[in-house]
Amino acid sequence: MNRIEQVFKNKNNRVLNVYCTAGYPKLDSTLQVMQALQEGGADLIELGMPYSDPLADGPVIQHSGSIALSNGMTIATLFKQLKDFRKTVTVPVILMGYMNPVMQYGFEKFCADAAAVGVDGLILPDLPQYEFETEYGVIIKKYGLDFIFLVTPETSEKRVKELDALSTGFLYAVSSSSTTGNDKDFGAVETYLQRLKNLQLKNPVLVGFGIKDKQTFESASKHSNGAIIGSAFVKALENSSDIKADTKRFIANVLS
Amino acid sequence: MKQTFTSPDTKGYYGKFGGAYIPEMLHRNVEELQSKYLEIMYEKGFRDEFNALLKDYVGRPTPLFLAERLSKQFNTNIYLKREDLNHTGAHKINNAIGQVLLAQRLGKKRIIAETGAGQHGVATATVCALKGIECIVYMGVKDIERQAPNVARMKMLGAKVMPATSGSQTLKDATNEAIRDWINNPTDTHYVIGSVVGPHPYPDMVARFQSVISEEVRWQLKEKTGSELPTHVVACVGGGSNAAGAFYHFLDEPQVQLVAVEAAGLGVNSGHSAATTQLGTAGVLHGSKSIVMQTEDGQVVEPHSISAGLDYPGIGPLHAHLFDSGRGKFLSATDDESVQAAFNLCKLEGIIPALESAHALAGLNQLQLKEKDVVVLCLSGRGDKDLATYMKRMDA
Repeated sequence: MNRIEQVFKNKNNRVLNVYCTAGYPKLDSTLQVMQALQEGGADLIELGMPYSDPLADGPVIQHSGSIALSNGMTIATLFKQLKDFRKTVTVPVILMGYMNPVMQYGFEKFCADAAAVGVDGLILPDLPQYEFETEYGVIIKKYGLDFIFLVTPETSEKRVKELDALSTGFLYAVSSSSTTGNDKDFGAVETYLQRLKNLQLKNPVLVGFGIKDKQTFESASKHSNGAIIGSAFVKALENSSDIKADTKRFIANVLS
Repeated sequence: MKQTFTSPDTKGYYGKFGGAYIPEMLHRNVEELQSKYLEIMYEKGFRDEFNALLKDYVGRPTPLFLAERLSKQFNTNIYLKREDLNHTGAHKINNAIGQVLLAQRLGKKRIIAETGAGQHGVATATVCALKGIECIVYMGVKDIERQAPNVARMKMLGAKVMPATSGSQTLKDATNEAIRDWINNPTDTHYVIGSVVGPHPYPDMVARFQSVISEEVRWQLKEKTGSELPTHVVACVGGGSNAAGAFYHFLDEPQVQLVAVEAAGLGVNSGHSAATTQLGTAGVLHGSKSIVMQTEDGQVVEPHSISAGLDYPGIGPLHAHLFDSGRGKFLSATDDESVQAAFNLCKLEGIIPALESAHALAGLNQLQLKEKDVVVLCLSGRGDKDLATYMKRMDA
């Protein structure tokens, strides 16, 4: 059983996945942030690889990516930083990023290096289903990585089932059709999550986009297995002078 | 669907390039377009309305003009396809009309667009004014500063110009912002992409709307020379919409040499260039797999060209395929060569070309043209918007 499966086996509700940007706020803070997230109580970590043109992300995460890039972060540097991270971090880690930098690094080499350092899964929002099925999925599987697809309230029932069948680890339910960091009415979101629940999917469902505090985390968890916090945490680190303390305080507030 | 140069396969691939590399949030909108665009575009009512507007509103057909003094200079026969004489001053309006009519048939109430130099923004704002539809145009903060007249035109036409403040604050970032707007407004909005870029079906759809250029060239050339086929078709390429339109009905005529001229900026190897096929590698940008100017780490780089319309770090997947397969000949012209070519055209033919089109003109110097050759050059736009740049060069 892999690490992601283990998490959902031990805990099928209020699973907290927190997103952080590699190389942000400082080039060398990646590991420190991950350790603090684990100590604070995050169940999974989604580690964002910065990209110049992150279409699915809102301004907060894009800004953190710009800072990380100007700090000198690259995929090659990230794998160096992650070389020994399994000595201190035991929670599952999912790399999130965009196709272009991964293709440039070499898709297969990327999967091989990710698996070698101990990464558990991938989220590549602009890798389409067709290309996954015809070209890339087999490479991802070859290295034992999970691949997590996104679904939105606009995704048809038929397509949700297809994407659930292709996903391993969990399914990422985008709470509303929006870029990350946007506020939306949560009532409509609850209806949508209930609809997903009724489909009896094979994967656990984590809700992302618009989850920012205890209240939104609780609401999302009510109808799913847990939630993903991104922009709100990135913002909390923006002017942090004590990453460890600020990270723990942030997580404590969400889980209180 | 069988893949040819004029139509990609069902997944939107031209050879290795194309596809729809989009996040799930765009899936429904893009799939809706994929499943309906051809049916709508070739429905009779649509064709009739589109053609009537092109004729009576845009002023088509645009002339095919034998530039005699320019021809003499090159000791050949050069015909200028006068897209600069279209309403709003460039070929961009062909596509803007097509997509706005299509959006109406899809029941969309709100139009968004990206623009670099402002030509596509002005064209879209124009058609939205004509049809009484809300129009929002995303434009990089830097471009808003350097293209003030077009910003004023869009505002006068009733469009809202939204500054793109992220990233490098130019065309690629305006495109990112427009895509984000579309993600955030998934039901009522159509995104009018201005070039043959973006996820499938945009490259094919835009090429088809622009194909009116080469459709006219064929019968016009037949009238003038007795043959529908020139020896060369020359056009500038940024994303590549005027080139796609000018090449389209010649793509499957192998005896016609298709010549694409990219912007070399200060020189291909100067570090300030937009010559994508020479400097780029395979990658994914704005929803399709193509050739992209990027760093070793896969970060998209900011290109440079004196022409804001060619200042783009990618190229449409059709053009990437033309380059990769050898069907197209790709040249590049520097800022200086293009400005010189523009002044040359003014002097010889009394036509002030857009800086974009000036690159196509500069490309003529690199072709070994023969006396019997028949060259069609797409004069994609007029140069009024570039007067400040030209004046600076004249004084220098």
